[in-house]
Amino acid sequence: MSNKMKKSLSPAQQKYQVFAKVREPSRPVLLNSFRAFIVGGIICTIGQAFQFIYMTFFNFTEVTASNPTVASLIIIATILTGFGVYDHISQYAGGGTIVPVTGFANTLVSAAIEHRSEGYLLGVGGNMFKIAGPVIAYGVVSAFVVTIVRFIIIELGGM
Amino acid sequence: MEKFIIAFIVGGAICVIGQILMDVFKLTPAHTTVSLVVAGAILGGLGLYDPLIEFAGAGASVPISSFGNSLVQGAITESERSGIIGVLTGIFEVTSAGISAAIIFAFLGSLVFKPKG
Repeated sequence: MSNKMKKSLSPAQQKYQVFAKVREPSRPVLLNSFRAFIVGGIICTIGQAFQFIYMTFFNFTEVTASNPTVASLIIIATILTGFGVYDHISQYAGGGTIVPVTGFANTLVSAAIEHRSEGYLLGVGGNMFKIAGPVIAYGVVSAFVVTIVRFIIIELGGM
Repeated sequence: MEKFIIAFIVGGAICVIGQILMDVFKLTPAHTTVSLVVAGAILGGLGLYDPLIEFAGAGASVPISSFGNSLVQGAITESERSGIIGVLTGIFEVTSAGISAAIIFAFLGSLVFKPKG
């Protein structure tokens, strides 16, 4: 909690914050990191296997193969999310399932499925990007800024 | 075969960075993925992410940080070809497959599956 918010709390609330902080279970960082490493590594290895298949049997190059690879992983993530399996894996693996592109697909699919009861137009269509939206928004804005900065540096004769 | 081991190690390491951002710095999963995407975009702009993909293959191209990198790469290639407007037209050029696939399958998934739990 930020310092500004802390100041506006009453003494009793501040006391509670201290009380709660002591009792908050500490996170097993090492164990979590180990699990994230194993599961994340496995997902990337599966991706590598897809890439290998697309490169050897479908004449993709190293660069172009990443498109069908990502698409395949997204299909798998969609199916696993639909059957409710992905959530169980993510309970176990934390960052190992959130960081790969499958986690991005999972947020889209789970939001779409969850809001289906609100109708297909406003429910599914409107809420699909509820969780995945920030990734696209910040990705595009930062990519824009980075490219403009790079463009200016090159125009000025740097690099 | 060693490609698979390198992909495993590098991919796992990037996931550990995400896990540490969540556990040690107490970020939410959304903040974590956004941080990684922005980091990927900056590394891509500096020209450091593509060598990593060459080295680690899917180990670097499957984590979400490569999404930021591909956005930048698309914008850079297109801006070199058609000037400053290419920054706008090129941003989604490389990532189109991932985003379109995610949207299409998320929609199809919502037709087929019912919410669980």
